[in-house]
Amino acid sequence: MIEPGLYHILFISATLFFIGVYGFFTRRNLVTLLMSVELVLNSVNLNFIAFNKYLWFDKMDGLFFAIFIIAIAAAEAAVAIAIIINLYRSHQSIDVEHAEELKH
Amino acid sequence: MPNTNLILLIILLPLAAFVMLGIYGRKYFKNTSGIIGTALLLISTTLSLYTAYGYFFKYGKVDGVYQKLIPFKYTWLQFSPGVSIDMGVTIDSISVMMLVVVTFISLMVHIFSIGYMKGDERFPTYYAFLSLFTFSMLGLVVSSNIFQIYFFWELVGVSSFLLIGYHFEKPSAVAACKKAFIVTRFADVGFLIGILVLSFYSGTLDFNTLIATLTNPETNEYKNAIAATFLGMSALTWGLVLVFIGAAGKSAMFPFHIWLPDAMEGPTPVSALIHAATMVVAGVFLVARLFPVFAISATSALNLVAYVGAFSALFAAIIACTQTDIKRVLAYSTMSQIGYMMFALGVSKYGGESGLGYTASMFHLFTHAMFKALLFLGAGAVIHYIHSNEMKDMGGLRKYLPVTHITFLIACLAIAGVPPLAGFFSKEEILLAAYQQNQTIYWIALITSALTAFYMFRLYFSIFWNKEAPVQNKHKSEGGFTMLIPLVILAIGAAAAGFIPFGHFVSSDGTRVETEFHLMFSIAPVVLALTGIFIAMWMYKKQNSRANKLASSLNGLYKAAYNKFYIDEIYLFITKKIIFNLIGKPAAWFDKYIVDGLMNATGNSTEEISATIKRFQSGKVQSYAIYFLAGVIGLALVFIYVWKL
Repeated sequence: MIEPGLYHILFISATLFFIGVYGFFTRRNLVTLLMSVELVLNSVNLNFIAFNKYLWFDKMDGLFFAIFIIAIAAAEAAVAIAIIINLYRSHQSIDVEHAEELKH
Repeated sequence: MPNTNLILLIILLPLAAFVMLGIYGRKYFKNTSGIIGTALLLISTTLSLYTAYGYFFKYGKVDGVYQKLIPFKYTWLQFSPGVSIDMGVTIDSISVMMLVVVTFISLMVHIFSIGYMKGDERFPTYYAFLSLFTFSMLGLVVSSNIFQIYFFWELVGVSSFLLIGYHFEKPSAVAACKKAFIVTRFADVGFLIGILVLSFYSGTLDFNTLIATLTNPETNEYKNAIAATFLGMSALTWGLVLVFIGAAGKSAMFPFHIWLPDAMEGPTPVSALIHAATMVVAGVFLVARLFPVFAISATSALNLVAYVGAFSALFAAIIACTQTDIKRVLAYSTMSQIGYMMFALGVSKYGGESGLGYTASMFHLFTHAMFKALLFLGAGAVIHYIHSNEMKDMGGLRKYLPVTHITFLIACLAIAGVPPLAGFFSKEEILLAAYQQNQTIYWIALITSALTAFYMFRLYFSIFWNKEAPVQNKHKSEGGFTMLIPLVILAIGAAAAGFIPFGHFVSSDGTRVETEFHLMFSIAPVVLALTGIFIAMWMYKKQNSRANKLASSLNGLYKAAYNKFYIDEIYLFITKKIIFNLIGKPAAWFDKYIVDGLMNATGNSTEEISATIKRFQSGKVQSYAIYFLAGVIGLALVFIYVWKL
């Protein structure tokens, strides 16, 4: 049994990140897009925690950043869901392709 | 002292008429505007006669010298102490004389026009323009400031433009008014630069101060103006030559004369007022106003005046012998007579008996206004009757137009210089002045006076004798009494004006000049004039082929004179071929392709770029995310491999 090291965690985080990006590009449902963004954010969180633990274990900066990002993500999810609900009310749909007139 | 209010009233009454008729004429005074304009002008005329009486016989003379009075002066724009544009009234011999001439002739024309313009669609507008012109001309003659004279100079130009183009539905009238305006404006550029030069060196715009400083060799201004030279002439001479260019433009002197014959497109009474009696002599008046400076400080400029005047007189007389449009004959005759006035000023000296030319010039201006206005009004009556300007449509009219016939004959005799009519006296004085100072000019003047007699009687016989009247127009009479009264009054003026002892009233320095009458001296001009008349009679009294034979024997000269010596063609060639092609077209090309091209290129490239990049703003959230990701990856690559952080 090999003790999991920094590289393993970075590998998982990179995988999560690209899964999130892939999801963001391919899905059409806004809720799924939101979930993909959460994946990306959490991969970043993992990176912060891992670097903090393996490289600067005498400091707490990485942890604080991770907590901060979680808080931001929660707020962002609240705003995003509010937008999605409003979009549904006006368009009867939450497909991202129906929201193109937002460019105007 | 003169009554300031009355003098201001003389000038402002026509302005009031202009404002009233211009604004309300078409609404309220459709038919009465002629009466209103005439009535106001009648008051003006009476007042100016009263002023003239007061000036010449009561308060004007102090110790035997006529004074220059400035009863009214208002500083309008003050630039610095000493330099200001004023609106003032100068009362001296020439301005009082001009007040009388302008108001009197204008009154005659106003009365004549009531009959002549009757039934015209724009009758009130016509009278409004006439009033505007009268106001401007009166303002011009009383100017106390050189800038004020420029101001009114342009105003008479504008009113002349408006009246020439009165029949704006005729393309030829439109072309003529544009031509008159452009040619005189072109000359006025010289006038303006001349004003700037003179005022720069004298440090003032006021006529009195300007004349005083520039004629006194002791002042620094005078010394500077003489010391500064350009192309071998002193700055003072240049200034006066430039002013004279302006004067030549307005007075239709060669080479700026081309607008005057075309200006005959205007209604005939207008030609009588503006293009014969008053506005065209403004140039003579301007030279007379600045005469002390010309005569004392810049005799070479005065020589230029003399030669330009003499040349124009002869040149116009030759052309007048060949024209067939009666108004054009009169126009060239006007140009010729103004040439007389110009060279009379040119050969004059300042002060005393040697200033005879100055007196003679003003005298001729006065008498010429009478008989030339009469000639034009007579021509107007003829045109009114026959509805044509061409000599070939006329003939034998003496039976149908008896009053016009007699008055026209008086005017012709007067202009030809037959004693004892007005033109004889003034022309004698001019010839005498020329004889005493400059023999060359004297001979030119003598030839011109013979030609004058010839072409005037060619006109007279062609209109009133020659053949029988072709079509008898029974429905038409000679015109109402409004048209005949001015003719009669002016005929009396043309017959009697010569007996005024002009030298007692008007002279270069205000003193009395005795104009002696030399019997021996008068023989040559009178004999020449009579010869001219008899030749004209022989050729034109009966219908015959003598005139045609003479014309064909002088083939080249006749053709050249008939075509006005091709001056118009030369100007057209210069402007169209040379100026337009060499300056206008390259400038237009530069504007079109370089200036516009630069602007268009800026606009077009902005449009191209924005058309290209606007596809990126698609509204698709996921495309935005791709750009964002690409940017992040690109930055990351740059950080890692290029900047090696």
